[in-house]
Amino acid sequence: MIYSSIGYYALIFGMIISFPIIFFSIKNLRNAKILDNKIINFSFIQLLLVIISFLGLILSFVYSDFSNETVFNNSHTTKPLFYKISGTWGNHEGSLLLWLLVLTLFIFIFLIRSNGLLKNYRILTVMFQQIIILGFFVFLIKSSNPFNYIFPVPDEGLGLNPILQDPALAIHPPILYLGYVGSSIIFSSVLAATSLNYISKTWATHIKRWVLASWIFLTLGILLGSIWAYYELGWGGFWFWDPVENVSLMPWLALTTLLHCVLVLEKRSTLSSWIIILSIATFTLSMSGTFLVRSGILNSVHTFANDPERGLFILIFLLILILISFIIFLIFHKNEKKKLISFSFLSKETSILINNWFMMYFLSVILIGTIYPIFLDVISSEKISVGPPFYHKLIVPFLIPFLIFMALGSQLRWIRSNLDGKLYLIIFFILSLSMSALIVKYLSIDYLINTILIGSAFYLFFVTIRDFFQEKFANISQTISHFGFSLLILSILFNNIFSKEIITNLKVGEKFKNEKFQIVFDDLKKFEKKNYVSFKGYFLIKENEFEDKLEPELRVYNQPNITTSEADIKTSFLNDKFITMNTVQNEEHFNIRYQVKPFMLWIWISVILISFGGTISLLKKKGT
Amino acid sequence: MYGRKVKLRFFFVTLILLILILTTFLVLKSLEENVVYFKSPSDVKVLEELENKKIRIGGMVKEKSIKISNLGVNFIITDFKNEINVTYSGAVPNLFTEGKGVVAEGYLKDENFFEASKILAKHDENYMPPEVKEALDNK
Repeated sequence: MIYSSIGYYALIFGMIISFPIIFFSIKNLRNAKILDNKIINFSFIQLLLVIISFLGLILSFVYSDFSNETVFNNSHTTKPLFYKISGTWGNHEGSLLLWLLVLTLFIFIFLIRSNGLLKNYRILTVMFQQIIILGFFVFLIKSSNPFNYIFPVPDEGLGLNPILQDPALAIHPPILYLGYVGSSIIFSSVLAATSLNYISKTWATHIKRWVLASWIFLTLGILLGSIWAYYELGWGGFWFWDPVENVSLMPWLALTTLLHCVLVLEKRSTLSSWIIILSIATFTLSMSGTFLVRSGILNSVHTFANDPERGLFILIFLLILILISFIIFLIFHKNEKKKLISFSFLSKETSILINNWFMMYFLSVILIGTIYPIFLDVISSEKISVGPPFYHKLIVPFLIPFLIFMALGSQLRWIRSNLDGKLYLIIFFILSLSMSALIVKYLSIDYLINTILIGSAFYLFFVTIRDFFQEKFANISQTISHFGFSLLILSILFNNIFSKEIITNLKVGEKFKNEKFQIVFDDLKKFEKKNYVSFKGYFLIKENEFEDKLEPELRVYNQPNITTSEADIKTSFLNDKFITMNTVQNEEHFNIRYQVKPFMLWIWISVILISFGGTISLLKKKGT
Repeated sequence: MYGRKVKLRFFFVTLILLILILTTFLVLKSLEENVVYFKSPSDVKVLEELENKKIRIGGMVKEKSIKISNLGVNFIITDFKNEINVTYSGAVPNLFTEGKGVVAEGYLKDENFFEASKILAKHDENYMPPEVKEALDNK
């Protein structure tokens, strides 16, 4: 009770604080030479109030205060404490409050970390950010208040969807949101810098850190979601081209492109139009990502029951923001002064630019695949879905030139490069191609495209490995990330080619047998747990000589009454063995799915490597 | 005539336009080939010809229709007007039960038989695929 009220009033006061901030910002814009400390102080107070509000919601969850509607809808007294806390952001209202918290946190960090930059630029950034913050305050208080009161107070809550009761998914939203919301700072900052014509090398060095930070969090956030989907949904895949997944990949692509453009700007003061448009795009995609996931508009297998009305507000708000930003772009943006910023065809700039276009192409394909069904539904009420073959067909072939340019780009110099001493590039290329040709032939998969694709992934792999030894840590962050990417593509390819799957229906004591595998369903045991009943299956799996014991689980949760299946996964360096079981209409047969997935571990490791490269770059001292 | 620079620029613009047209064509063609349409059992009955294309069928699993064996699962999808028999031999999602909503993806054998290659999961007992909801609302 008390925590909810504190949280609610903290939220209201937090919103009111926005006005003095905007007021002092406008005043400060004209007069003084230095930034008014009042702005920083008020931003700090606002941050504190939002933190208090968020803590209020967490405590309401911890103490299971069911007079709070959000707690009632999403919690239950028998839920473990950890999931009571993570339940705070596992729902629409709480997750928006988290958005707001990160928004206010980031603008405060921005203020204290941007000393020494142009005063008016700092103020304008604060003002643009405050518009976004104010929008979120209004939205929260008006249409998704996390502190709604219900009377009479219910004795028990409805509980959190059991598949969300999972450690990876408990931290997935906060990490992902750090990435999403980081793009809001980039957005505000770009608008401010455009209005003041401040887009320069100094600005690039400063904004690069924000881009990197958001990019790292977004990468890790997507990784966590993917790992969760892999072991919790029991399909044994890590990426389904599901709309909800796509909306997190799209801002990632835009942000990755932006990151490379900012690097070019920092070194060569060019590509500023790209940067402005990409920043706007990243933020738009992040926000519409949140909107689409929560609105129920997407026809996704991940969709949870929710309310489309709420989405409308975010959509209108978003449209206004896009409109403002485009007006600013058109009015203030002066095209690069004709300073003869030219570069030859054979340079780092060219290869970065080419790959930017490729990434924009990937982004458009995903965008079309994601929104076309919505579009068609609106105009013709025809229901369709766009499946993985669409994405595979349009993206996979273009990965070949993409990988090759990625390998070449890092070997070229800025402005103009020559091919002296670059013989190794050709040798590596022939080597990779012949290697992949051998692999493909050995496996008797007769796809030409496979050979070239694996070959170009190997190419990037070898070129980056050479960089580790040759470049003496000159560009270690880039090398690690690019190496991670080549490893990712290779692991995904081999994972796809070598995966094996057996699906069968078995009773306890029965046996499945084919030429290679034997699956024995030994036993089924029942365990009572705190908030669920667990049925554990004991399986013995024989593959040729090897034997494995796997124990998948079925959990029947009490509140809400949902059955989930917990996969049992044996992970090793070479492959994952993955088994799930399901009941069918409470009959004696269980639906068993057994999969051998090679290189799964390497998919996760390579994504961690990709973001690790970014982290090194972020932590590197300036000037080195 | 025109200078070398102008010619070069003209060449680039044409190249970019060509690439743009080519990709648009590619994307649209691929979209056409890979789109999966959603039908209700009643929609299937009024189909004029059976195309060999992947579709999704949604509705409710008919009570007492699930039959399971070592080889697979058979059941009936109904929208309370028409029914369709489904054969399936794959992994079954958790919330697949009689009397609940289901979406099956696969190929039509004829207007009464459907061979599913995938049954879609849902995560939430309150959640019903939007298509199923609509199909049921329309009845």
